[in-house]
Amino acid sequence: MRFGILVNEGPFNHQASDSAYKFTEAVLRKGHEVYRVFFYYDGVNNANKLSEPPSDDRHIVKRWSELAKVHGLDLVVCVAAALRRGMKDELLAEGFRISGLGQLIEAGIQSDRLVMFGD
Amino acid sequence: MLHTVNKSPFERNAFKACLARAKEGSVIVLFEDAVYAVTRGTTLEKIAVRAAEKFHVFVLGPDLNARGYDWGQVVEGVTVVDYDDFVDIVVTHGPVTAWL
Amino acid sequence: MPEIEALENTSGVIKKFLYLNSKAPYGTVYALEVLEMILISAAFEQDVHVAFVDDGVYQIKKGQDTKGIEMKSFLPTYRALEGYDIEKLYVEKESMEERGLTVEDFIVPVTVVNRLTMSDLIHSMDVVLGG
Repeated sequence: MRFGILVNEGPFNHQASDSAYKFTEAVLRKGHEVYRVFFYYDGVNNANKLSEPPSDDRHIVKRWSELAKVHGLDLVVCVAAALRRGMKDELLAEGFRISGLGQLIEAGIQSDRLVMFGD
Repeated sequence: MLHTVNKSPFERNAFKACLARAKEGSVIVLFEDAVYAVTRGTTLEKIAVRAAEKFHVFVLGPDLNARGYDWGQVVEGVTVVDYDDFVDIVVTHGPVTAWL
Repeated sequence: MPEIEALENTSGVIKKFLYLNSKAPYGTVYALEVLEMILISAAFEQDVHVAFVDDGVYQIKKGQDTKGIEMKSFLPTYRALEGYDIEKLYVEKESMEERGLTVEDFIVPVTVVNRLTMSDLIHSMDVVLGG
């Protein structure tokens, strides 16, 4: 089955990004397809390559980048939400791209399930 | 239709909002802080018990364990699941309405 | 109003989308960004439904004047929805009455439905988004 994942909160403040990551991992482990992971609202901050958590904590940004690399995931950051928050191309971690909100709607159309993680 | 809730019922009304619109036999997955909705011995235990009778209620084990509870401390009729089970439940019972 | 990109739904798939508004406006950003989702999905020619439950009903209350808080009022955008062929707007009766509101308090024409009908509506959808 094909999944779309929506992440509505930034890293660390809220568990949403962690839950979305664990869920996405499980989707892939179970042999399903992830059509796209879309980052909206403060969720765009999950793409910030300058994030530097202490070494004994999980690296939320890097973890998404690595999952994307291994599984060829499409990690899309909403352009309008990103611009509001100063999240520009030069700050994007590997594997993320900035695009329009239409990419979320398209993921809703193309996926069998759209699963939202937020606050 | 599958419903998800991720908020503590002591802080927000998401669980109540979900119960009000779920249908008899609906599937509900509780994760993050929503796991507190189905732990035993709270003042909301009766609501959890009734919910488990009317709906299929699942609670995410890793979130439960992280908060100091295990399967023996959830109300009867609620099933503890892991992330893989969560995916299976979404596959079987989706689309998903997330009550935030 | 968000910029509507030149979008085309080339797949030809039409799904039933529900935007479930359950949060009050202004205190958090959710209501505003759901509105942006609604407008974008119109460009994809999907079967769009918008529902207001719980504090979400406050989003369309008449008379919002945001000058004093320097935030953009949502009301003009809601009024514009009709122009995008988004006309399936539902308010849950119980949520409205709990808050002392009547259908006359809303800025846009809405269908008031009881909780059971709202539940049926939610359960008939392919994609539910919101906050």
